[in-house]
Amino acid sequence: MMRGPRLYIAGLVAAMVIGMIIAACAGAAPTPVGSEEVAAPAPQQETKSTLDIVRERDKLICVGNANLPGFGFLDEQGNFSGFDVDFCRAVAAAIFGDPDKVEIRPTTAKERFTVLQSGEGDVLFRNTTWTMSRDTDLGLNFGPTTFYDGQGIMVRKDSGIQTLEDLNGASICVQTGTTTELNLADQMAARGIPYEPVVFETADEVTTAYEEGRCDAWTTDKSGLVSRQTVLKNPADHVILDVTLSKEPLGPAVRHGDDQWFDLVNWVVYATFLAEEHGITSENVDTFMDSKDPNIRKLLGLEGEFCAKVGLENDCFYNVIKMVGNYEEIYNRNLGPDTIFNLPRGLNSLYTDGGLLYAPPIR
Amino acid sequence: MHESFVAAQARPPFWRDERVLRVLSQVLVLAVVFGLLYFFYSNMMRQLRETLGIPISFEFLRQTAGFDIGESLIEYSRADTYGRAFLVGLLNTLQVAVLGIVFATLLGIIIGVMRLSTNFLVGLVAAIYVEAFRNIPLLVLLIFWAQAVFLKLPRMKEAIIWPGPTYISNRGIATPWPVPAEGWPAYRLALVAGLILALVVAYLLREQGKRTGRMPLVTLWFLVTWIGAGVVGWFAVDLTVGTPLTLDRPVLEGFNTQGGRVFSQQFMALLSGLVIYTAAFIAEVVRAGIQSVSKGQREAAYSLGLTPFQTLRLVVFPQALRVIVPPLTSQYLNLTKNSSLAIAIGYPDLFAVAGNTILNQTGRAIEVFILVMAIYLFFSLTTSLFMNIYNRRIRLVER
Ligand SMILES: N[C@@H](CCC(=O)N[C@@H](CS)C(=O)NCC(=O)O)C(=O)O
Repeated sequence: MMRGPRLYIAGLVAAMVIGMIIAACAGAAPTPVGSEEVAAPAPQQETKSTLDIVRERDKLICVGNANLPGFGFLDEQGNFSGFDVDFCRAVAAAIFGDPDKVEIRPTTAKERFTVLQSGEGDVLFRNTTWTMSRDTDLGLNFGPTTFYDGQGIMVRKDSGIQTLEDLNGASICVQTGTTTELNLADQMAARGIPYEPVVFETADEVTTAYEEGRCDAWTTDKSGLVSRQTVLKNPADHVILDVTLSKEPLGPAVRHGDDQWFDLVNWVVYATFLAEEHGITSENVDTFMDSKDPNIRKLLGLEGEFCAKVGLENDCFYNVIKMVGNYEEIYNRNLGPDTIFNLPRGLNSLYTDGGLLYAPPIR
Repeated sequence: MHESFVAAQARPPFWRDERVLRVLSQVLVLAVVFGLLYFFYSNMMRQLRETLGIPISFEFLRQTAGFDIGESLIEYSRADTYGRAFLVGLLNTLQVAVLGIVFATLLGIIIGVMRLSTNFLVGLVAAIYVEAFRNIPLLVLLIFWAQAVFLKLPRMKEAIIWPGPTYISNRGIATPWPVPAEGWPAYRLALVAGLILALVVAYLLREQGKRTGRMPLVTLWFLVTWIGAGVVGWFAVDLTVGTPLTLDRPVLEGFNTQGGRVFSQQFMALLSGLVIYTAAFIAEVVRAGIQSVSKGQREAAYSLGLTPFQTLRLVVFPQALRVIVPPLTSQYLNLTKNSSLAIAIGYPDLFAVAGNTILNQTGRAIEVFILVMAIYLFFSLTTSLFMNIYNRRIRLVER
């Protein structure tokens, strides 16, 4: 029977042909596009803006997280809650005047960008670090940072580990597709500390392996550690080391190519900063409706047509504040002193309080 | 006859000519298939260019990877390129695939033969094995194996220590491993010489078998000669040049063992999961193959005076193999492809390294998937090729 070798050769030929087609098209790509554009500009205009698509669908789809209590978490009743989820609701409130017109598309770390790029979601709110290569190579635009974070390491209390150097030769569990996988390699290489990385796809697999003692430590954003600590079997048996491995500015991201949509997401986030700055909350916002302060009047849509600049009704920011709240309310509701996390605001305070939150003016 | 009969008739118009229609329909189907492919392809390219502004390019393979990989058969660090990280994953996949195929075949043959045993209990055990493992989804089996078996082994601090020492813990199995010493280059030559000698012996035996009509156990003698040469060579080299290999023993240092060879928990879990699962299928293939040889063949062999072992070796097995090999090939392919479930239990195989980490850090989904698919395709076609060559050889046994 000659079938085997022949099939094999046929396969190789097919592979080569595919390879050649790809190479050829990649090389020749720019020309046909240019000429098409000149000949028929119609397709360009036909493509709908993200806002139109969202309006037509009558709900916003956010790429999110289902496994990170406090940020994005799916509870037993099937509801999503968390810091990132609230920002997603804020965007929906701005567009529809209804924060519930939201669907969260839960993703793992590795899926999130593909889901956003392929248009399965409109905006990404998933404890995602803004990095240069994600901003450029992945074809994304990152909005204002909503949470300034840094990478940390969790170990068992009885291990006696206190510094990175103590982790010499240790096994460290980490999740694939995260910045933390890279930072860990960088930091350990910089300090010349040998270690064994054990890489899993989901946060649950990481924590299971860590709890079973497969790993001496596990690493991710500090907020992620605090959050995931609450779902460990014995949270009190573990500590987060007092070291920070990296800068992790977490914020929203959208696809390249729709600037209006990018602006919209940006200004919804800024509106929550500005509302906190002016002391406007979901409870007292109506008392500001007769305010004389031009800054407040612009934010609440009483003066100028600022929401129209991102394609929305004039009360868009009012709705955000009224229905979801200002930054402080969102923070405290999900991560503040009344929650199990009790995360201090730290860098995530207004610039007036020594933090990094600083919104450009509305004018 | 039929041809000339048709020709003699007045030709029907071409749209009713069956031969033309046959060709035409094929051309049409092909055109549709290629049209669809082109549509998907151009759609993808347009989307990539216009919407995201990221054209296809494999340049990233030359960039620094920046991440570490838990286990590797070659030197690798974060400062190496994505291309090298690819290679690390590829070799890790090859490692489980090759070992998996060997062990699954051995276990599969044992279980398959057991199923045919006249002993009721033995047959029952084999039947339960096959039915149980064949009907559990592999992913479930792998996660169970990793989380409920291997992760439940003692922790490093309480590791089971076998003489050697071999450390067994939920990190894996650390065991002494030979490393080349000063006598290695000389010993390597001795091994090659032994191999040549063994080949010569095998050839001579085979020729003798052909002449006398009594085929000796060629493979056995081949192995005996080679191993014999290896042992003699060892002592010769050891006495003259120095020891060829020394044992590198693992020692417990801090959190983990250092030295020796570590078979990580993830590797063991993946390998055993794949072997157990695939062996259930191979057992059935083997059973079917042996059963396909009719009873008359065996009876004829006995009446010619062959012993039961000779009957199995010279009559039953060669014929069973012809039935076994083609489905066995697909089991081998399945095992190789199934190894891509490794990411679920943390083993850095090709798919985990490339399809997950590299894809994520570079965002080059299409390029990475083209490469990954091409590599799996290459593995599969190569396996098929060798199995088909083998199949052809055993077919010649027929007459
Ligand atoms: N901020 C980092 C890490 C984000 C991340 O994925 N964190 C993990 C660890 S807490 C997580 O949310 N996992 C949840 C899951 O995948 O189910 C990044 O953007 O790469």
